[in-house]
Amino acid sequence: MKINWFKYSAPMSFYPLAGKLIPLFWIAAIMLILGGLYWGFFKTADILNDQKQYYRIIYVHVASAWMAMWLYAVMVFWAMLGLIFNTRLSYMLASATAVTGTVMTIIALATGAIWGKTSWGTYWDWDPKLTTFLILLFVYIGYIALQSAIDDVRRSDKASALLALVGLALVPIIYYAVNCPDPTQCASLHQESSLKRVESNILIGMLVTTLGFWMYSFATTLMRARIIVLERERSTTWVSNLPEISLAETSNSKIEARTETRS
Amino acid sequence: MKPRTKRLFFVLLALCCVGAASALIGKAMKGNLAYLHTPEEVLGGEVPKGQVFRLGGLVKEGSLKRSATELEARFIVRDNRNHEITVVTTKILPDLFSEGKSQVSRGKMGDDGLFYAEEVLAKHDAEYMPKELSDTLNKEHAPAKANSVKETKTKGTY
Repeated sequence: MKINWFKYSAPMSFYPLAGKLIPLFWIAAIMLILGGLYWGFFKTADILNDQKQYYRIIYVHVASAWMAMWLYAVMVFWAMLGLIFNTRLSYMLASATAVTGTVMTIIALATGAIWGKTSWGTYWDWDPKLTTFLILLFVYIGYIALQSAIDDVRRSDKASALLALVGLALVPIIYYAVNCPDPTQCASLHQESSLKRVESNILIGMLVTTLGFWMYSFATTLMRARIIVLERERSTTWVSNLPEISLAETSNSKIEARTETRS
Repeated sequence: MKPRTKRLFFVLLALCCVGAASALIGKAMKGNLAYLHTPEEVLGGEVPKGQVFRLGGLVKEGSLKRSATELEARFIVRDNRNHEITVVTTKILPDLFSEGKSQVSRGKMGDDGLFYAEEVLAKHDAEYMPKELSDTLNKEHAPAKANSVKETKTKGTY
């Protein structure tokens, strides 16, 4: 059986499918995040080898940092599909992913600062990993800014897709800034990010929360993509035939009629 | 060639360029981006005098001494090849700061050969284990090392 992959690249068929999936992703996100945090806060040791209770911010910090980098790769994937196939929906998904990615980057930087103050003794330091992560935030913001700076949608999509592609160079640098084979060559304040010496209970909490953050990213990205679809396709008949749109329009026209009679 | 294939090649080429850029930046960071200097580099004269830099290394066991009247603390930072520099600071030491652990302090070398730190930061590794588990693991794997650490761990507080 040949599957028509391009069927769901049409905004018309994507819109209702995303609408059905969003509640499922929300339920999965809430359950996984609550479960992961519960496990992390109540089923793990209070005091580690060197760190005290404050290490528990790891569940939010690691999950958001991983998602920030992963969503960047996802965004570039959609941008590349858009560049190659010229599909409108790919660009819409790319710009929808960018906002969630920015939020994740901000969460990772904020929780990292709080954790850093308690353990290292400073909110911020110009360490290679921290600095490259800050640049990632600027690239995300640059992508969104470039997209909203150009009025022509097709041109803004292409320009911002190229920017996203160039910014991809950052992701491996962030990873290797602390994980290079010879630790004397890449001295940093941030510890290496290895899962080898993490106790299994802590690991469970981390992975479940990360999965929850991922589901949250799906939910918010799809919600935002639906709004972008409505915005960009508003002149088409299928959008004006949607029940929620026609309802809103009739109520709008009612209000207009009312104001007209008043004046 | 279809325009789609053309664009595919264009994007793949761009990806290759980005990969190369990433690799080159990574290489440059390893060579030049000296985030911190080790005691060996400092004693070897690789750091210009009067310059603010970060000194990284382990806090020598039993070297932390606090002043009785002031906030001043002194400790010795060493590397694995037994180069030692004494650090003087009046700042509050972070929670994780302890003897035998890594630290990064920012400051200047004084003319007296002491390092005057404006900021002392503690490093921690990527080990997330409860204290009991970590202790048993240490005993099982390196009993001799664990014992020797305990013996030398005498804190000088005065």
